[in-house]
Amino acid sequence: MMGVLGYASFFLVFVAIYAIIALGLNLQWGSTGLFNVGVAGFVATGAYTSALLTASPTADRVNGFGLPFAAGMVAACAMAGLVGLFAGVLTLRLRRDYLAITTFGVSVLIQTIAQNATALTGGPFGVQFIPRPAQTWLGTGLAWNLAYLAMSAALLALAYCGLERLRDSPWGRVLRVIREDEEAAASIGKRVYLFRLQSFAVGSMLMGLGGALYAHFVGYIAPQDFLPILTFQIWAMLIVGGSGSNAGAILGSAVVWGFWSASGVFLRNWIPPSEQAKAAPLQTAIIGALIVATLLARPRGILGDLGRKHG
Amino acid sequence: MLQLVADGIIIGSIVALGAIGLSLTISIFRFSNFSHGELMAWGAYLALVVNGMIAAATPLEPFSFGWPLVAATLCAVAGAAALAVALDTLVFRRLRRHGSITLVIASFGASLVLRSLLQYWQGGVPKYYTENLQIAINVVPRSVQGGLRLTPDQMLVIGLMPVLVAALHAFLRYSLLGRSMRAAAANPDLARVAGIDPERVYRATWILGGGLAAIAAVFAGITVQLRPTMGHELLLPLFAAVILGGAGSGIASIWGAVLGGLVLGLAESTAVTVLGAEYRPVAAIAVLTIILLWRPNGLFGEKSA
Repeated sequence: MMGVLGYASFFLVFVAIYAIIALGLNLQWGSTGLFNVGVAGFVATGAYTSALLTASPTADRVNGFGLPFAAGMVAACAMAGLVGLFAGVLTLRLRRDYLAITTFGVSVLIQTIAQNATALTGGPFGVQFIPRPAQTWLGTGLAWNLAYLAMSAALLALAYCGLERLRDSPWGRVLRVIREDEEAAASIGKRVYLFRLQSFAVGSMLMGLGGALYAHFVGYIAPQDFLPILTFQIWAMLIVGGSGSNAGAILGSAVVWGFWSASGVFLRNWIPPSEQAKAAPLQTAIIGALIVATLLARPRGILGDLGRKHG
Repeated sequence: MLQLVADGIIIGSIVALGAIGLSLTISIFRFSNFSHGELMAWGAYLALVVNGMIAAATPLEPFSFGWPLVAATLCAVAGAAALAVALDTLVFRRLRRHGSITLVIASFGASLVLRSLLQYWQGGVPKYYTENLQIAINVVPRSVQGGLRLTPDQMLVIGLMPVLVAALHAFLRYSLLGRSMRAAAANPDLARVAGIDPERVYRATWILGGGLAAIAAVFAGITVQLRPTMGHELLLPLFAAVILGGAGSGIASIWGAVLGGLVLGLAESTAVTVLGAEYRPVAAIAVLTIILLWRPNGLFGEKSA
């Protein structure tokens, strides 16, 4: 019983983290039509920012400021938002594909820094001993997992309610107009570029928050936690759940993460250990097929925002 | 100094050939194909497999490889072209009416699937077409600008790139199919009215793009090595080269892509010398940032996006 509860809380914390990131992507893509291929880079920015600010000082790195957990969270959002502003300012006035290419560049850049700037990021070994909040009171067991789950779920609920309110606010309505018909929005005097930039930056901040939550839950981050496959998983979550719908983003996170975990268990149990390293890429291929199949069969996803035109 | 320029031109030749194919598909289909790098990687490995199946032959002096690799490259061209056409038939064609961004997402998905399958099939360890070690030839003595040493293989890559581009230019300029492609790129509706079959143009574009990708990838395999992630690593330089050259500016965009490729190659060889090999990707990001800030329509792009 305790084992099941332990695994369930572990699983659900991940669902909550992914859902927060997927909500950020939904604001960018679902609500505004901005295509981000570098989600992993924004998540990594948040994770590294918070980890480096809160970790205790170490001799071999220039980081470890021992700041409180909350400060790390806020800084993670701010930093990811700044990176989002940078990508947005570069491309949001240009062809739509250029944002995609630039966000891809951002993720490559962040990955390069994480891999190689050893003095700052620990290089391939990553950052270890990232503080886990409140562990002195709750210990390291199930109680802590459940408390972290409660906090993540609360943050997710906060993000969800905030985004739902934004959606129905005048600001959100302008975003939808921009998504459907940019010229119409411009003709009623809305500064399309600024609205897009705001939406992109806020979405990036949510991704940074997700990254920070990940770092403090696992307690250890390394460059290979933020490979393009992460971007891809988040996209799969949004597309399967239905882009444009905040509830869909959360549902998609649960479905795709469940699917991913199950396929991992399947591979571990059914494929001989000698073949497992070789078969790991197949897990990626399965998710890739899932995303393409959803696009082909049900382009709006499970809970897609009806009445929107694609493209 | 000379060596840095020569290294840049070698990398640049590979990027240029890949970027031409990418630029063609962007001109015709009007979406950024994120799976183009995987066409390259698959092309390189197809050549490796075919090369391995043909009985070993003595190398074609002075190059490190024998005639089997030449035959294997032709097979890889056919294979990558077929893969491109298959991707279009299975995925892109069905999504075309949803607009360009849906196609970008699908191509991103397709690239991950193709890369994972390649990793599954070939493993992650770098491979080489030949075990033969080539001795670099002293082209320019050390006393002049630090000297210049090149292997015959590298010289072949540098020499073949302009030949291929000139052939492609002639094809687009003079052949009926090439002219149809230019017409479809300039104005799809008008081309259709003039009786040009769009499906024929689409097929030709994928075949050309895939074929060039395979040749570029074999060049990369000869001069560097084969890795399942090579396509992914080339993707950002390819995009930067295409944007630099002015994506979708008709026949000029193939020369734009060549120039873009060479600039990217030089930027990469400079970054490797100044910052170290591990910071190679920074070059493409820097070029991309500068071009987007300074001339977002590219050096040859005229119309505003």
